[in-house]
This record gives sequence, C-alpha cells and structure tokens, in this order.
Amino acid sequence: MSAKREPLLAITDLHVSVEGKKILNGLTLSVAAGEVHAIMGPNGSGKSTLANVLAGHAGYEVTAGAVTFAGADLFGLAPEERSRAGLFLGFQYPVEIPGVNNVYLLKAAVNATRKARGLEEVDAFDFLTLVREKMKLMRMDDSFLSRGVNEGFSGGEKKRNEILQMLVLEPKLAILDETDSGLDIDALKIVAAGVNTLRSPERACVLVTHYQRLLDHVVPDFVHVLMRGRIARSGDKRLALELERRGYDWVTGEAA
Amino acid sequence: MSEPVKESNRQLQSLLAGGYRHGFVTEIDSDTVPPGLDEDVVRLISRKKQEPAFLTEWRLRALRHWRTMAEPHWAHLKVASIDYQGISYYSAPKSKTDGPKSLADVDPALLATYEKLGVPLHERARLAGVAVDAVFDSVSVATTFKERLSAAGVVFCPFSEAVRTHPHLIERYLGSVVPYTDNFFATLNCAVFTDGSFVYIPKGVRCPMELSTYFRINAINTGQFERTLIIADEGSHVSYLEGCSAPQRDENQLHAAVVELVALENAYIKYSTVQNWYPGDAQGKGGIYNFVTKRGECRGARSHISWTQVETGSAITWKYPSCVLRGEGSIGEFYSVATVNDHQQADTGTKMIHIGAHTRSTIISKGISAGHGQNTYRGLVKMLPSAHGARNFTQCDSLLMGGQCGAHTFPYVEVKNESATVEHEASTSKISDEQLFYCRARGIAQEDAVNMIVSGFCKSVFKELPMEFAVEAQNLLAVSLEGAVG
Repeated sequence: MSAKREPLLAITDLHVSVEGKKILNGLTLSVAAGEVHAIMGPNGSGKSTLANVLAGHAGYEVTAGAVTFAGADLFGLAPEERSRAGLFLGFQYPVEIPGVNNVYLLKAAVNATRKARGLEEVDAFDFLTLVREKMKLMRMDDSFLSRGVNEGFSGGEKKRNEILQMLVLEPKLAILDETDSGLDIDALKIVAAGVNTLRSPERACVLVTHYQRLLDHVVPDFVHVLMRGRIARSGDKRLALELERRGYDWVTGEAA
Repeated sequence: MSEPVKESNRQLQSLLAGGYRHGFVTEIDSDTVPPGLDEDVVRLISRKKQEPAFLTEWRLRALRHWRTMAEPHWAHLKVASIDYQGISYYSAPKSKTDGPKSLADVDPALLATYEKLGVPLHERARLAGVAVDAVFDSVSVATTFKERLSAAGVVFCPFSEAVRTHPHLIERYLGSVVPYTDNFFATLNCAVFTDGSFVYIPKGVRCPMELSTYFRINAINTGQFERTLIIADEGSHVSYLEGCSAPQRDENQLHAAVVELVALENAYIKYSTVQNWYPGDAQGKGGIYNFVTKRGECRGARSHISWTQVETGSAITWKYPSCVLRGEGSIGEFYSVATVNDHQQADTGTKMIHIGAHTRSTIISKGISAGHGQNTYRGLVKMLPSAHGARNFTQCDSLLMGGQCGAHTFPYVEVKNESATVEHEASTSKISDEQLFYCRARGIAQEDAVNMIVSGFCKSVFKELPMEFAVEAQNLLAVSLEGAVG
C-alpha cells in the first residue's frame, strides 16, 4: 500500500444530535481507498447514526465537525448527490416500496448516476445481463427482478438485495450498516462473498457490525470501537477478536 | 413535531406547488345563450339540436322534476353554493352552423388547442389507431376514423347526430340506466345536455379500435353537460377512452355529465377515464366542479363492464361509476386512482348492485392525498335476494403525502342473500421519509422517487388502462403531484 494518500473519506471532530440528544461526540476517522474498516460498538454507541449521517438522512442534526468525501464537502451534497458521487449505504432495515419493481429501482439508480456523469442511459439488455450475473453471485433467482422493492422479502433476502444493489452500483465507498445481523451462516457467507467481490485498491468499505463473525469472512484492515459517540480504540483485526473475548466493558474500563 | 419532520413538510409543500399545464383559453366566437334556466331554454336547446318531440318532452319532464329536487349535501365535500340561474346552458363555437365536413373545415384555433392538449386529431398522429370524437364546449367538432368503424357496423358519433340518425336506439336506451329522476345533477343534465358521444356496437362485433373522446370546457360561465350512451349488443366488445381538461379560470365551473352503458348478453365494455379538469389554484380559487353520474348495466347474462378512472383534476370530484349486475354471471369492475392536491376535494367510489345469480364484482381504489386535499372513497356493495353465489372483492388503499391532507373511507355493504360473499380490505399509508431516503440514497432525485413510489402504489389500477393512456396517466399524476414530499 502506498504511503500517505488523500483519504477517500475524512471525518473530523463530528458532532451529531437526534431530536436534541447528542449521539456523536467528536468522532474522527479517516478511510483511504483500498481499505476495509470495521466499526464495532455496543447498542446506542452511535454506529447507525454515523452510517445514516454519512448517507444524508434528514433526521440527524450535524452540530459541529466536517466530512470530506473524494475531496468534496459531504454535507454540501444532497443524499442523491452523495450516491452519485460513489457513496453507498447498505441499510440495516431496508424499507419496502410496494409496487415498484426491484429491477426498475435499480435501473433508475444506475441511470441517475450515469446522467449525472453525462453518460447515456444504460442499454436495457446489457443491464439485465449484468444484474442477472450479480444475482447469481448473491444466489437470488429471477423472481427478485419483478418483485416489489423488498416487498415481502425475508430479512436475509433484504440484506442480499442490498449487496446486489451495491454490486451493480459499484460505489467508491460502501458503508454497510449491520448487514450481517439476522443472517444465518449460509447467508452470511453469500453476503461476505459479495462484499469481497468489490474489494479493490480503488474502493473502500466501512462495515458497521456488532459481531466478529462477519470479520472472519471479510477481513478488515482496521477495527474501531465506537463508545459514547467517539472512537474509543482502534486496531487491526485482532482487536475484534479481543472484543469478542473480553466484551465492550473491557474498553469502557480502559477508557474510563 | 421534530425539526427534521417540519422541514420535510415544508419541502413537501413547496414541491407540491406545481402549475396547471392546460390552462390556456381559446379565442373564438361562441354562440352562447344568456344565463338562466327555464322551459324556454330547454326548448331552445332541443330546437337547436333539431330533436324529435319525444326527446323535447323527456327534457321538459326532467326539468319539472329537477325543480322539485334539492341539491345533495351528503358527500364529504365543501361546495360553494351554485347559482343555477347564473349559468349559460348552451355554448357552441359560432363558425360551425352546419358543422365541419372534415378536419380542414375545423377552426385552426381549435385544432391548435387540441394540439396543446395532445389530442390525436390528425389521423396519423401519435395515438394512431384511436378514433376521437372531440367535444368542444358541447358540440362535437370532428370525428375521425368513421369509415373504418362504419365498415364494422360500429356507430360512433356525437350524441346530437345519433338523435337524428338513430332515434330508435336513443328512444329505447336513453335514461334506461340513469333515469331522468335519478339525482339532482343527473336530472339537470337530462334537461339541458347539449352533446356527448354515442356508441353502438352491433351483435358479435369486436370494435376494431379504441374509441376516444376528449372533452374540454372553454367558454366562461358555461356549464358542461355531456351525455354519453354506449350500447354493446350481444357478444360485442368495445374499449372507450375519455380524457378531460379545462382552461384556467378564477370562477368555479359546473360539469354535470351523465354516462350510461348497456351491455347485452356476453358483451364487454371497458370504459377508461383520465380526468384532468382545472383543479383551481394553490389557494383553492376556481376550478371545475365535476359532478358526474356514470352507470353501466350488465343487462345480459355473462356481460362485463369495467370502469377504470384516473382522477387528477377538478376542484371537486363527485362521481361513482357503478355497475348494475342484472344478467346471470355478469361481471362489474371498478379500478380507480384519485389524486387530490392543494385544496382539491374528491368524493368518489362506486356502486356494485348484484341482482343476478353468480355475478361478480371487483373494486380497487387508490386514493392519494397531498397538500390540503381531502380524498374520500365511498362505495356500496349490494347483494339482492336474487344474487345467489354472488361475490365481491373490494380493496381501498389511501396514500397520504404531508400532514395537512385527509383520507376517508365509507364502504357500505348490504347483503340480502346468504350465499353471497363480500370481502373488503383497506389500508392507509404515508409516503414515508424512509422510502424517499432509500431511493435518494440510491441516487434517485426526490421528485423521481415520489413518482416512482406513487406509481408503484397505483400499479394495480394503471395496468388496467389501455397502453397509451397508462403513459398519459403516469405523466398526469407526476404533474399533479409535482414536487410532493420532502
């Protein structure tokens, strides 16, 4: 890995509140292209808040701090602009949109990004071929094309659908918010394989997770522990194993 | 309410403030009678139309009955009082004293109007294959595809022409589904209707093309009272499309139409409406009062009537396209999307009257409310004692956009036969911030996301529309909800 590069994502002293309650409290994090970061932490530590704020959810108030993404001020971009710039959020609870075809949404997403980049709309046939190929990887059958977005999907199907979208959109930075939760071991392996497919020197990934087990399959370069709205400890993959063994109280104890 | 929610509501309101795109006025001389309604006006209309005595008498009976009636106020609507003596009951473009013989004879200003509306008057236009009977302030100005239709024996012409060419059919069927005593607005229509469309499909004939009428209200202070009658003889098949729009005026305008459908044994009538009358401005000023009576009778065994409507316009919509299922095994369907935005109000739904044994009906209603709009579904499913083994399925879904609109559902069910089955499903949902955020997080702009979600919501109705209408309906929906939700 080259020495000092411009980070893809640079978060500096980020403070975020939800309905007046402070959730993130001076979080600083830098992610370079080619890296996979895991963010772990107990419930309520601010993991999902971080993911949602980065994607541009309106329910969060940024009270201080700065975030640059690919050199741009992230907070100057609307959610759709962030996506088109190459930021992807894999949702913890993907929402159902009844009546809207899964493949239709996916195509609209791809075309919105292409349009923003001055490209022509994707050829319908080529697109379908590409989606089918990625679906095979995610072990999803053709019925997923025409079903409503997440409509009636099981928890595991929803998560696989998120990864499918990620594979088709090929983001520069994927933030996966507890994509592993609620998955059985087979589904976990499929999801992990999907994430690994996209690993490359040009792309980065932030895995928000409770558990070490995803990290057996997607091995992170860095592991961070989030506590009370800031990063309490950083390390490599061994930190995740230690956390698994000793629990979050261990970090709390040390930090206190 | 939390700050982000307030903010998103504000965005919603501003996004909803889209303009009406058909609000232009055509400058042509009109032959308009002074405002007011009495027997002389009715006789004048009848004379102008060169109607036979039975029709003049029928109109006069309706007028006399109407005078005994009171305006109904049971709907969930706020209606400004209507001055029935302040309305002019007849308005015709002046230049056409003897009617245009072909498109070349039609006033170019009129044609330009249709052009703006996108009516496919020219025979090789976008919607090639659609025959248009265009009604412009009560008088049909052009009818296309006549030859091909007449080769198939199909009669498709302005109502006033049918009165002259097929008086026996008019006398037999007019008022046989919606009698002149039916309701306040229908009765008024019976007295003063000026024109409309007439369709007769002979026995066993499958109409070779979709039939289409485009209505438009143009002159100031003219009520529009069309009368449409469609008769599908035994074993015939017809699909009829009706599109509507009106120019932008500050005054409210009354539109009280009547549509009657008659399906004989094994006949099928599909009637699709895309209604885009002027809805009034963002403050609720002006707009069309759309008080319409639409009813079809499945008179013969195994006949089938299907109503599909997409209602995006009008200040007030008050209509219940209904089916009287008399023939054994006959089928009635109602598929509806009704949208209200700004200060629009809609009270719409259907009545399915099951008389015959083994009759079936399906009701799918999708109501979308935005701005300060009030949207009411009102439906009646009635199983008479004779309706052995009859079945109904009803599904009513409401979608709310923003916090200032309303959705209301009034399903009435009367079952007088124990073997009949009635099923009802209802739901109310909001376009959630989470759905919008999900789409936006995939790079889709907010407005496109709203359109996508709304179209998804309406999908089960849109798929019932003929192809060319489905596209128009989606576009209209996008315009009428322009910029909804934040």
